[in-house]
Amino acid sequence: MAVEDRELSQEVAGLDSLELQDPRSSGTSQGRRIWTAVWPKVAAIAIGLALWQALVWSHWKPSYVLPAPGPVFRSLGRDAQTAIFWRAIGTSMRRALVGYALAVAVGLVVGGLVARSAILRSAVGSLITGLQTMPSVAWFPLAIVLFKLSEGAITFVVILGAAPSIANGLVTGVAQVPPLLLRSGQMLGARGFRAWRHVVIPAALPSLVGGLKQGWAFAWRSLMAGELLVIIAHRPSIGERLADAQNFNNQVGLIEWMVVILILGLVVDSLFTRADRSLLRRFGLLAPAD
Amino acid sequence: MTVVVTTPVPAQPVPEAPPAVVLTGVSKRHGPPHGGVLALEGLELRVARGEFVCLVGASGCGKTTLLNLVAGLDRPTAGTIETSGLRTALMFQEAALFPWLTVSGNVELPLRLQGIGRSERRRRAAELLELVRLGGFGDRRPHELSGGMRQRVAMARSLAQDAELLLMDEPFGALDAMTRDILHDELERVWRTTGLTIVFVTHNVREAARLADRIVLLTSRPGRIAAEFEVAIDRPRRIEAPDVANLAGTVTQRLRAEVARHGR
Repeated sequence: MAVEDRELSQEVAGLDSLELQDPRSSGTSQGRRIWTAVWPKVAAIAIGLALWQALVWSHWKPSYVLPAPGPVFRSLGRDAQTAIFWRAIGTSMRRALVGYALAVAVGLVVGGLVARSAILRSAVGSLITGLQTMPSVAWFPLAIVLFKLSEGAITFVVILGAAPSIANGLVTGVAQVPPLLLRSGQMLGARGFRAWRHVVIPAALPSLVGGLKQGWAFAWRSLMAGELLVIIAHRPSIGERLADAQNFNNQVGLIEWMVVILILGLVVDSLFTRADRSLLRRFGLLAPAD
Repeated sequence: MTVVVTTPVPAQPVPEAPPAVVLTGVSKRHGPPHGGVLALEGLELRVARGEFVCLVGASGCGKTTLLNLVAGLDRPTAGTIETSGLRTALMFQEAALFPWLTVSGNVELPLRLQGIGRSERRRRAAELLELVRLGGFGDRRPHELSGGMRQRVAMARSLAQDAELLLMDEPFGALDAMTRDILHDELERVWRTTGLTIVFVTHNVREAARLADRIVLLTSRPGRIAAEFEVAIDRPRRIEAPDVANLAGTVTQRLRAEVARHGR
């Protein structure tokens, strides 16, 4: 019996080692990995700048209408040393974060309620999707009537822009929890609230993060639209700077601030992407080499 | 509702302890009360404590329905099911591990749901993983393991529930033959060391003959008990042993006759 047991133990160990390929044994160095991740982005930026410069050189538009990359980036470098530049970015980022945080709260509460109740789902489920497709600029006339030209109007629209995506992400995630996992959890003693805590929410997480990411994109867009429309005196913001550049026919400043918006959007998006990927990797939905 | 048992059930050996599972006149209809599909009809079955019973049948015999009923995930349309309060665990064809938890986290979850403290959970999970020979794999994620290893984790998780009755729904059906053979040996070993009662559903007759103390053959649409076979072959068994093959042959013949009945 002891001999048989030892034999079986060896067989099991042998089978396990044959069936496992260690994902950690990929032999690429850290530097190489960073390089593979970075060079396509660098190349894309270089090509973009080259096309822009080529367009300027083609004299399609005079340079006071379409300035070249050189003057724009020189101006960006100069402005980055001024206080007003950073105050503008600070104001916009604060508004974005506050609005987004509120949108997350609203989205999770509404999404949670809708996911739990079949009646609510059939009542407002499609309404949420409808809200998602509504351009947030369309809310501004109403927002300005309700909140005057204030931060409240901007925050209101940011929330309306972002919350439906977040709610939808949660509702979809909950709807797609594999029934097998629910049954399995039930057998292990996870019922009612504890089924949510230990099975439903974790299983819905990838979809929820997708919704959060999309919600951020909508929040950011709504904010920029809002800051162009709702300009509050003596409070510089990104949208206000953009409107200012337009009013004073400052084309260099205009494009400079568009570049700033693009860069900020990319930075935040890369943070979301990183969170998303690490989550998917934990779930085994992404190959480790990716 | 009175249920006519069409097949006489052979007399059971009388065990000292109360039986683990007693089904009395169990019927289950899916769908509306008078239409729908009759999945199970008039099932009478007793499973003794510590017994290893395999339920065998062709498609549509309601094997999975029966396990769901015994597990308490569903209610019978008629009849009663008693498991004398035994803690019951259920294993599926897929391991159904939670991908967001580590292997150890999966085994710890039932302990956590019972309110057991962290260090005690760690210790128990490590012990159970050792029992299924996955001692070094606690920190891995389920997707990093092979199908056979995942099923062993599921087994450890079932044992973490302190299960006295283990219900298995074709647990090795999706594995390759070599892995399955080895897991048969493993399951037999765990069963011997833990004294579990096991009700194991399969459509693989060889597997049943390899594992069971008793094979229960079910008819299809509706599922009724067609025949029972006591398996008196010494353990530990091997699936390729002549005795096992002979018995499997006998059971298969009976099963094919049952399948052919539906062709007429």
